[in-house]
Amino acid sequence: MSITPEKEPIPRLYVEHMKKMLEHGERIDGRGLLDYRSIRVILSPIEKADGSALVKLGKTQVLVGVKLELGSPYKDRPSEGVLQVHAEFVPLASPSFEPGPPDENAIELARVIDRALREPRVVDLEKLVIEPAKLAWVVYNDIYLLDHAGNVTDAGMLASILALATTKLPRLLKTEAGDYKIDRSTKAGALPLKTLVVTVTLGIIGNAILVDPTVEEEYLVDSIITIAVDENGRICGIQKRGERGIERSVLNKAVDVAIEKGLWLIGHVKNILNNPEKYVSPLSDMGA
Amino acid sequence: MSSKPVLIRDDGTRLDGRKPDEMRPVKITIGVLKNANGSALVEYGGTKVLAAVYGPREVLPRHLALPDRAILRVRYHMAPFSTEERKSPAPTRREIELSKVIREALEAVVFTNMFPRAGIDVFIEVLQADGGTRTAGLTAASIALADAGIPMRDLVIGVAVGKVNGVLVLDVNELEDQYGEADMPVGVLPNLNEVVLLQLNGVLTREEFNKALDMAFKAAEHIYKLAKEAFYVKYTKVVEEVK
Repeated sequence: MSITPEKEPIPRLYVEHMKKMLEHGERIDGRGLLDYRSIRVILSPIEKADGSALVKLGKTQVLVGVKLELGSPYKDRPSEGVLQVHAEFVPLASPSFEPGPPDENAIELARVIDRALREPRVVDLEKLVIEPAKLAWVVYNDIYLLDHAGNVTDAGMLASILALATTKLPRLLKTEAGDYKIDRSTKAGALPLKTLVVTVTLGIIGNAILVDPTVEEEYLVDSIITIAVDENGRICGIQKRGERGIERSVLNKAVDVAIEKGLWLIGHVKNILNNPEKYVSPLSDMGA
Repeated sequence: MSSKPVLIRDDGTRLDGRKPDEMRPVKITIGVLKNANGSALVEYGGTKVLAAVYGPREVLPRHLALPDRAILRVRYHMAPFSTEERKSPAPTRREIELSKVIREALEAVVFTNMFPRAGIDVFIEVLQADGGTRTAGLTAASIALADAGIPMRDLVIGVAVGKVNGVLVLDVNELEDQYGEADMPVGVLPNLNEVVLLQLNGVLTREEFNKALDMAFKAAEHIYKLAKEAFYVKYTKVVEEVK
């Protein structure tokens, strides 16, 4: 059952100030309406994961770890590997998070990112089958929210795509009995990807569109829309959230903004993946 | 992958004989439950969804109540016998997500500030699933809310647009959803021209998205008319009973 949540109280003065600034096209942290916060990336901070990435989007921090295991393919897709996306909003990430199984927000985030990865076939699952209908690689993409300062979706998606793009398949050994075993000490090539996808999350307040809302802005806006965009500028997923509607003309503008910002973000991801060594650094740099 | 059926025939019609922009037959029946304050049965072809509303009523446990408004509690749930293979009645991740997006869509229309500290409960049961269950459920929920006499800005009409074999189609059925390239459920406020629910599962170009949204708005108008007629039928019956 989904229940109207209690909203985090923010001082009325702060809200009024924010609204007044918006009228002049300004935001409280000095950004323009269509600007992202700074994006910082640490590639492969977790050695035991087959792929990992930490993304800092402003003060939001998300860590994604990819693990590959052996499992059976889905019955209706016997010649494909399996992709699973999960998200945990661990209690250390926000004063309002509590321990326990994923709540509706964590489930929604995981499912939105899952669809954005699945529909444009980001991971080439057909190359991950070992024995059709019997054995395949299962790709677990676990999203770990470490510090919640707004727009967890885009940070989680960036971390996911970077972690997947830097994932190395472990070596597969066949025993004499005919069983398979994973040997993680040796890598057997990169996880095959077909395309890159990012999400662009927009806060909508009246007729104004805010790219990459902070947590305070998320409370202030009428609604939030996440639009997934691939390398060709196609729309590969949409999720509208929030307790107000979006007028059609505003929605149209939002889609245009999302495609433009999405292509920009994909360029950024490509830059990172072309010079990965520049972004490999110890996990302790997350505090920098 | 299992062999994909041809979903659009050579003459441009769909497997069930519909044109791409044609709805399945829509049937709306209001006030089908005795206990609930409001209820509605909405059928989009083979999809049959029942919605019931209880409230505004006291919220238990009390700490969930909000001082300035009513809370909405929404559950989207599929009956175990609603699907091809029996579905476990335990809530799935999908049902948890859909309950949330449907609740948010309804928050946009209900005047919750008129009932501080109260709760309005909306229960949606999918009795038979043949594609478009969340959109039929959303329509049913908004009609049940109106039937319960809860003040609202507009009705919410849910309708899905999909893409199969490269063609945009209205009101996707299960087969088209399973094998199609995209499914876009939309929740529309027909009088206010707003979108309160929007999801896209699949890939669309910018132009296709525009066209799909147009199709959804046009279909919503049609379903809205049917909803109004259903209310008319219900209230004329009440008038006759009083006589």
